[in-house]
Amino acid sequence: MKQQLLKKLQQNAELNINDIEEHKRKGNHAIGFYCLYAPTELAVAAGAIPLPLCGTRHDPIEVAEETLPRNLCPLIKSSYGFAVSDTCPFFRFSDIIVADTTCDGKKKMFELMSDIKPVHVLQLPQQQNFDLFLEPWKNEILNLKTVIEDMTGNQITREKITSAIELLNRERKAKKRLMDITKATPSPLTGMELVEILFKTGFFADKQKGIDLIDEIIDVCNTLIKNGDTPYKIDTPRILLTGVPIGLGSDKVVKIIEESGANVVAFENCSGYKQTFQIDETKEPFLALAEQYLSIPCSVMSPNQGRIDLLDEMISQFSIDGVVDLTWQACHTYNIEAVQVQKFVNDNCKLPYLHIETDYSESDTEQLRVRIEAFLEMI
Amino acid sequence: MISAGIDIGSRSIECVTIKNGDISEIRKADTGFDPIGQAKQLINGLKFDRILATGYGRNLFEIEHNTATITEIKAHARGAVHFFPKVLSVLDIGGQDSKVIKLNDSGKVIQFEMNDRCAAGTGKFLEIMAKTLGFSIDTFGNEAMIAKKDLSISSMCTVFAESEVTSLVAKGENPNEIARGLHLAVLKRAVSMLNRVCPKGPVVFTGGVANNPFIVERLAQMTQREILVPQPPEINGAVGAALIAMENGKQIK
Ligand code: SF4
Ligand code: SF4
Repeated sequence: MKQQLLKKLQQNAELNINDIEEHKRKGNHAIGFYCLYAPTELAVAAGAIPLPLCGTRHDPIEVAEETLPRNLCPLIKSSYGFAVSDTCPFFRFSDIIVADTTCDGKKKMFELMSDIKPVHVLQLPQQQNFDLFLEPWKNEILNLKTVIEDMTGNQITREKITSAIELLNRERKAKKRLMDITKATPSPLTGMELVEILFKTGFFADKQKGIDLIDEIIDVCNTLIKNGDTPYKIDTPRILLTGVPIGLGSDKVVKIIEESGANVVAFENCSGYKQTFQIDETKEPFLALAEQYLSIPCSVMSPNQGRIDLLDEMISQFSIDGVVDLTWQACHTYNIEAVQVQKFVNDNCKLPYLHIETDYSESDTEQLRVRIEAFLEMI
Repeated sequence: MISAGIDIGSRSIECVTIKNGDISEIRKADTGFDPIGQAKQLINGLKFDRILATGYGRNLFEIEHNTATITEIKAHARGAVHFFPKVLSVLDIGGQDSKVIKLNDSGKVIQFEMNDRCAAGTGKFLEIMAKTLGFSIDTFGNEAMIAKKDLSISSMCTVFAESEVTSLVAKGENPNEIARGLHLAVLKRAVSMLNRVCPKGPVVFTGGVANNPFIVERLAQMTQREILVPQPPEINGAVGAALIAMENGKQIK
C-alpha cells in the first residue's frame, strides 16, 4: 500500500513537469527560490508557481567547480552547477530567481548566477531582533512584491495574499501532520521515505494536489500504525537529524543511519520540521509574513536560540534516542553552531550526539559508516 | 570457553584468543591486498568457541563467517578498560586513522572523534616519512629522540610534508631533527583531538604508533597526563572484540 503510494507520488511528480510547462505556455510565470526565508506566498498570490531550486545532487558539482572554489559548501556548488549547465528543468522554468543574503558563499554565488538569469536578492537581517530589523525586512518583502507584480502583471491584492497565506498554511499543516506520523513508536515510515515524500511534493504546481497527496499518504500511514505494520521494532533507535538541509541525492547520511539499523524519525532542518510554521492569519498579511519568516531558526542568524528551543521540543515529542548533526563541508555557520548543539544535547538532554561533516560525494561512505555504527553502539 | 577477537585494519590484522579472562594466543599478519584471505589464514587452526570481528574489514568478515561485528571504537574502549580498568580516555593511532574515545566510569563510550580524512596524523604518515628520510619505521622514534632540537614542520598533508622534507634535506637540515619535526606534527594533531574530546585524566594509548618511544614520551610531556600503553599496543582492538564476544555471545550487534 505504501509502495503504491510512493509510485503514485513519482507519477504525479512526472506529470507535474507537464503542468508547469502548460502553465508557462499560457504566458504564466514560475519563480525559483533557494532558501526557506523567502516568502513563496508572494509568488502564489501573483499566480506564479514557486519552485524550490536548492541543489541536492552531486552531478553538477564538477561543472560548478570550473568557476567556484572547490572548498565551498556542496549545496552552493550543486545549485550553481545546475544553473550553469542548464540541467535542472525547474531552473529553466523559473523566470526570476529570488535569493537571500544568508551565508557568505550563497550570497556571492548569487552574484555570479545573475549572469545567467535575473536574480532578486532579499537583504535578510542576521538577527531576529524585531525592534531593529522587522521593519527593514518587511520593506524587503514589499519590494519583492513590486518586482513580482511588475514581472507577472498581476496585482497582489490583500485578498490574493490572504488566500495565498491560507493555502500555504494548509500545505505546511499537512506537512507537519506527515512529519508527525513518525512520532509513532515504532514508526511506519523510514526516514528515507519521508525525505522522498517531502522532496517530491515540494515541486507541485498545484499546491492543492500536493496537499491531497500528502493527506492520502497520512491516511495510509495511520492504517499502518493501527495494524502495527512497520519495518521497525519497538526498540529500534530513533534518531533526530539536525543541521543543514538535505534532499534526494544529498541523503546519504540518512541512508547509512538506516542501513545500520536505526530509524531517522525527525528532521530538524529547513527541508524538514523548520517548514512547519504557520503565518498568523489574523494580522496584517505583510507584517505577519515578515515576522514569521524572520523567525526561522537557521544558523545564519546570530544568535540562534530558536534552533535549540526547536530541538528541545522535538527531542521529547519524537522520543529521540540520539542526535546526528550534519554540516556540509565548508558551511561555517552550522559547523560552529555544532559546538552549542552538542553541549545542549549531551548536557541538557543527556543523549548521544554525533557531528558529521561531509559533502555530496560517496567517497567517504565507509568512514561515515564506522562513525555512525559507533554512535549507534552508544545508544 | 575460548573467545576470539579479530581486528582487520587497513595495514595489519590482529587476532587474539581469550581463555578464562586471560589472553591465550596472539596472531598477527599484514593486511596486504586481500584482507579476507589474510584473515582466513590467520584464524586457520585457531581454537575458539566464539569470534567477533572489528576494524575496517569487519563487514566482509561478517558475511564470510556469519559472525557479529562491532566498530573499532567499541572494541578499543573495551580493550582499554581490560588493560587499565579505571581509564576514561583512549587515544588510538593506527595505520590509517586516529581516534579519541571518551568513556564514562562504567566503561561505556560517551563520545568519540576520528581523523581519517587523510594519512596525516597516522601511522601511515610516519611510515612514508621514514622512507623519505631513509630511516626504518621500527627505529624512527629513536632517530627522533636523539635529535638535538625541535624542528617545526608546517605541512600536515602527506603530499606537502613530503616535499617540505625534501627541501629541508636539500637545505642541509639534520635528518634526525627533521624526523623529530615530523613526530611533533603527528603529536600536535593527536593532542588537540585529545584535549577537545577528553581533556582530563590518564590516557590509554593504543595502536601501532604507541610502540614509538618518542611519541609516548612527548605525549606525556605535552599533555602533562599519565600515558598508559597496553603491551603490545596494537592488539588492544582485538582484545576488546574477544572480550565482547565472550560477554555477549553471537547475538551482539
Ligand atoms: S539552511 Fe538556512 S540559509 Fe540555507 S536554505 Fe535553509 S534556511 Fe536558508
Ligand atoms: S549549508 Fe551552510 S554554507 Fe551551505 S548554503 Fe546553507 S548556510 Fe550556506
